[in-house]
Amino acid sequence: MTLAGTIGILATIVIILLLSIPMGKYLYHVFSGDSTRMDHVFHPVENGLYRLMGINASSQMDWKAYIKSMLLVNLVMLLFAYLIFRLQGSLPLNPDGIKSMPWDLAFNTAVSFITNTNWQNYAGEQSLSYLSQMLGITFLQFTSAATGFVAAIAFLRALVNNKSRWIGNFWVDFIKIHTRVLLPLATILAIVFVGLGLPETLAGAAKVHTLSGLLQTISRGPVASLEAIKQLGTNGGGFFNANSAHPFEDPSALTSVLEIIAMALIPTALITTFGMFIKNRRQALILYVFLTGVLLVGTFVIYSSEASGNPMVSHALGIYGPNMEGKEMRFGPALSSLFTGATTAFTTGAVNTMHDSLTPLGGLIPMLFMMFNVIFGGKGVGLLNILMYLIIAVFLSGLMVGRTPEIFGKKIEAREIKLATLALLVHPFIILVPTAIALITKAGTSPILNPGLHGISEVLYAFTSAAANNGSAFAGLNGNTIFYNLMLGVVMLIGRYVSIIAMFAMAGSLAQKSIIPESVGTLRTDTWSFGGVFLAVVVIVGALTFFPALSVGPIAEYFHMWIG
Amino acid sequence: MAISAKKSMTGDIVRGAILASLTKMDPRIMIKNPVMFVVEIGFVITLVLTFFPDVFGGKYGPNEWIFNLIVTVVLFITVVFGNFAEAIAEGRGKAQAEALRKTKTDLTAQRSKTDGTYEIVAASMLKKGDIVRVEALQMIPVDGEVLQGLGSVDESAITGESAPVIRGAGGDFSSVTGGTKLLSDELIIKATVDPGESFLDKMIGLVEGASRQKTPNELALSVLLAGLTMIFLIVVITLEPLAHYVNGSIDVATLIALLVCLIPTTIGALLSAIGIAGMDRVIRFNVIAKSGKAVEAAGDVNTLILDKTGTITIGNRLASEFVPVGKHQREELVEVAVMSSLFDETPEGRSIITLGKELGVTKERESYHDAENIEFSADTRMSGMDLADGTVYRKGAVDAIKKFVNSRGGQIYPDLDEKTDRIAREGGTPLAVVKSSELFGLIYLKDIVKPGMRERFDELRKMGIKTVMCTGDNPLTAATIALEAGVDNFIAEAKPEDKMRLIKEEQALGKLVAMSGDGTNDAPALAQADVGLAMNTGTAAAKEAGNMVDLDSDPTKLIEVVSIGKQLLITRGAITTFSIANDVAKYFAIIPAMFASVVPELRALNIMFLTNSKSAILSALIFNALIIPFLIPLAMRGVKYRPMSATSLLMRNIFIYGFGGVITPFVGIKVIDIIITWLGVAHL
Amino acid sequence: MTNLWRSIRVTLVMAVLLGLVYPLFILLIGNLAFPFQAAGSMIKFQGHVVGSELIAQQVNTSGLFHPRPSAVQYAGNGSGGSNLGPTNPALIQEIRNNERALNVLPGTKLSSIPTDMVESSASGLDPDISIADAMLQVPRIAQTTGLSQSVLGSLVRRYETGRFLGIWGEPMVNVMTLNVAIKELMKK
Repeated sequence: MTLAGTIGILATIVIILLLSIPMGKYLYHVFSGDSTRMDHVFHPVENGLYRLMGINASSQMDWKAYIKSMLLVNLVMLLFAYLIFRLQGSLPLNPDGIKSMPWDLAFNTAVSFITNTNWQNYAGEQSLSYLSQMLGITFLQFTSAATGFVAAIAFLRALVNNKSRWIGNFWVDFIKIHTRVLLPLATILAIVFVGLGLPETLAGAAKVHTLSGLLQTISRGPVASLEAIKQLGTNGGGFFNANSAHPFEDPSALTSVLEIIAMALIPTALITTFGMFIKNRRQALILYVFLTGVLLVGTFVIYSSEASGNPMVSHALGIYGPNMEGKEMRFGPALSSLFTGATTAFTTGAVNTMHDSLTPLGGLIPMLFMMFNVIFGGKGVGLLNILMYLIIAVFLSGLMVGRTPEIFGKKIEAREIKLATLALLVHPFIILVPTAIALITKAGTSPILNPGLHGISEVLYAFTSAAANNGSAFAGLNGNTIFYNLMLGVVMLIGRYVSIIAMFAMAGSLAQKSIIPESVGTLRTDTWSFGGVFLAVVVIVGALTFFPALSVGPIAEYFHMWIG
Repeated sequence: MAISAKKSMTGDIVRGAILASLTKMDPRIMIKNPVMFVVEIGFVITLVLTFFPDVFGGKYGPNEWIFNLIVTVVLFITVVFGNFAEAIAEGRGKAQAEALRKTKTDLTAQRSKTDGTYEIVAASMLKKGDIVRVEALQMIPVDGEVLQGLGSVDESAITGESAPVIRGAGGDFSSVTGGTKLLSDELIIKATVDPGESFLDKMIGLVEGASRQKTPNELALSVLLAGLTMIFLIVVITLEPLAHYVNGSIDVATLIALLVCLIPTTIGALLSAIGIAGMDRVIRFNVIAKSGKAVEAAGDVNTLILDKTGTITIGNRLASEFVPVGKHQREELVEVAVMSSLFDETPEGRSIITLGKELGVTKERESYHDAENIEFSADTRMSGMDLADGTVYRKGAVDAIKKFVNSRGGQIYPDLDEKTDRIAREGGTPLAVVKSSELFGLIYLKDIVKPGMRERFDELRKMGIKTVMCTGDNPLTAATIALEAGVDNFIAEAKPEDKMRLIKEEQALGKLVAMSGDGTNDAPALAQADVGLAMNTGTAAAKEAGNMVDLDSDPTKLIEVVSIGKQLLITRGAITTFSIANDVAKYFAIIPAMFASVVPELRALNIMFLTNSKSAILSALIFNALIIPFLIPLAMRGVKYRPMSATSLLMRNIFIYGFGGVITPFVGIKVIDIIITWLGVAHL
Repeated sequence: MTNLWRSIRVTLVMAVLLGLVYPLFILLIGNLAFPFQAAGSMIKFQGHVVGSELIAQQVNTSGLFHPRPSAVQYAGNGSGGSNLGPTNPALIQEIRNNERALNVLPGTKLSSIPTDMVESSASGLDPDISIADAMLQVPRIAQTTGLSQSVLGSLVRRYETGRFLGIWGEPMVNVMTLNVAIKELMKK
């Protein structure tokens, strides 16, 4: 670990937090119905879009109508992307002559991108035409982020409703997040990215004679436009196989810092937005402190583990130094570790380092972050998960102080607990059960690259990543088989939609409850002590659920590596 | 309710509970408790494995059955402990119910026939509307209203209170309860309930827990516990494939042991006992709650509405002074005052007569047998009598009397307001006295706040409960008493509708409201309130409307009920937290043991240095079983509730039950490991 | 049905907006403002494109700086890392092979070899090497090319990029820049 590396990590987090506050305020004003100064710019554009799409912007929806619209448009987009991938070979904008995808891979890819997972069982430069990268990938990277985001906004509205079932209009929210947040930010970031070295071209791969006189084919394409929304939308699906480790996706330390900031921006800002919705900034502060704390602790565990290197290499070869296998020089251990922590905390899934080659503890943290799935979390759904854990923490704490638990003045009753338990249950279920199935079948074990305990980690990581809709991988596992394409596809779908539906059902019941005024007997959730309880619930429930699997994977490997 | 039944554990109860804990192993009963049901299934499987160790395949050593047998026994004990906790909690209720039922079966009644004569029938034959006669020293056979007569009744069978109470026709003291004993005189009673619905029946049902339904919070907790059980089921089932991948295998008994250790058996075993014991504590306070929901709701109450009279103050406002106004002399005033109270049976009325007597004015009721008694009503806020010659006597609230005088063209003396204010300022109640249209003066009624009330209200405030005092007094008087008693708010000159309006207003703000009441005109408000505590001395209508009945008729009992409601939740929360926190240590015991042969690296996690795999697994499992009986007393008694801010309470309980829950099993498991190693079990 | 029809309309309009209009707009602005970067930072030497400044290429002569080991043989159209786990014996083997292929001067202490010199990069196309790596290659290149070690050493120093703002990244040097510079020197 170096001082510069440590300061670099801390500085990046500070910048993220400083930016998240104005961003969160802006998001609040856009979605709370306040009029803003920019209305006269956006209104005509949005009205034009509403007309084009046949949307009545003034109508209100209850939770069922809202989620029906959401699910339906997601389904249509899924089919649209599937068709693009299946037909790309015969469609234009394919200078490198890439073939159409087989059905299972196309299914996995379409599901992966509609669910904001961005798990990639293909290598971008070899399996996608430019049209697919634009009309399939870039498009879904916008809309899947928007879907998660509006889900969180709708939930927040329900939380502050006093006996009203209306939670906004899905179509209006969905359009607004694009016109007022994602498109402007992505445009600016993409242009900055081009300036910093990311290609943006429709020309095919460059075929060059190298300095050594050899032939090299250098893939390129419309990278910058994809990269911007890939990070802003906590998507993570790269243009190239190596993702953000590829010099065309992330050519310098500066771009790497920008990418980390971009992926963190909206998930962190949503905490501020949340605080403004519930009119309690202290609550937001408490969440900021605890979540940032976990992110920092995790990041520094990765960093120290990577920086101390691999004792087996030192022992066998006499070479000492940080673990640089699967890392890029320009990032070094510090930015690689921060990126690894951030990409799993913010559920992005982009990687600038090969996670499969991380040291056991370095690989344990990203898995844990995805298992918790609440360290800020992905766009929107991260906040929903935070709220789910808050509800469980409030329930236990409420009992401990002798009152029917309430969150922000709304009573938590059997129905809410039922739904929160469902959302809580589904995560371990879709991680552990598929992992078990994969480990006892030939189809599941033969694509494993690394032998022994690390092989378990590869499979566990894959399903954890799919369940958390993260998308990063222990990429030694060759996921492009019918078995994994289907299993991971199903896990991604369940991981995405079951918890959103459960949380929406909860929103529906919370929206109609009246808000109980606070008294001395009310358990305040905006205190440090409650923040601690919240964190303890996350960590203990997460740890208890996954400890056995983790102990056979990375924990045992850790002891193996150090004790031999 | 016999006093002896109030003791917590008698030999009989324990013996009954042991038997019951075995009969409760019936899977049809167990399935109602998913957590313990899983343990029972685990027990059955390990039982099979004891005799057929290879039933699920795999190779087993010759002594494998011994380990399986021990696991089986420990699982069996775990289930029995859980059932025992519930049975113990139910046992006390059963004993009480038995006593009550005995009272009930012995009852006979003299039922009135159409011809006016009486026939002897079993009390259980009585229907609503039947008229019965009860003579002195007979048991009252049925709940009802007294139609005729006045007598003293021993209600100790129900209330435990040995002092007899007066019951008579008309007014607020006309309701009698079946199973109580008439000590003197004779009463004619109209039955107000059908067979099976009597107070005694309800009480039997209640103490037996027969009609026990899960309360909302209990239901929510059960869901969460079932969810956690599901999660751990998934965790454990998926372990075998992990071991399989690294060419190992974990035997089924060990998996079951891990599962049972992880699922929240501690709270699962004690959950229903906590609920039953909580209700039982309510009963021991001599409060009959019609449902557990009401007790739980009491814990959430935000606003408490209390009548001033009888609750906050001693209740009997006593006449202490006569204050004439205008040109009138005190003697004139005393005479009018006594006349206006002649037929007034209220304590105030009687205190006026008494004070009049002391001042030398005595009137006989018999001389005015043709006079018409005018009862106090909340609308007129006056009472008095009308003589046959047209003279009217009235006393009442000053503003009501003023209106009365004005309407009759009488004169209001200028010193009236000043004197009224003085009395009110001093915390007294002024009653104005009028004869025909002439206002004579004021009766100074003094109101005494019960000792200790201020402390109780402070306590409530710390719990976050606002108290509102309701009184028919004028605002000034009310303010003085409110200040003296330390309530947060008051409503003066309150009519029954005001109470109702206040409840509705508070509820519209999302608050939960509790109130106590006894009169028939309280009934709608009692029904509207989230927690309505009716006084046992009150009318049948009031008792019907409230969701709790206080047998001692002490309205301040609400405070205890609130505490018990909170205690109920805290106990559940504390034991749940404890139960989940325990898992941390159990993991450190079992995981390295389980994978010892497959993933030897994990031996590094054996931070308790347990002897070997078998002793580690057994120690964790035995700890898991033993912790249940250790916590039974806590479940029965409830975690102590101290009024303090919610955050401090949370930190206190998290420290004790969360932090303690992490530490305790580390110690416990290590100790058990040392013991079983010493016993040689580890090396079987 | 209205909802389905509306969903289809939304999908089509958004697809055109986000999947075509947006990237093409970036393409337009990007190529106007940054034509070099937009095309992939292609480097010309003697009038021919010899590769990208950002993409490592295979070097098979000992007279040029070698980039970091690549698990994909520097395939510009097939990026990737080795994905070997930390306790995988194949990883030790791979590092051992990389170390043997280094061709450093005899007598160089193993402990002076930085891990980034023998461990494969994440992309397989890492264009940069650490200063220690570059300095260990200087004697070999001097031997082959006849350029003096001090000239080569100062070349490394000249093209060294430090940490961004002193806190982000690692001190390093771009291999393509160095090799083009060597080629230029050789031409003279």
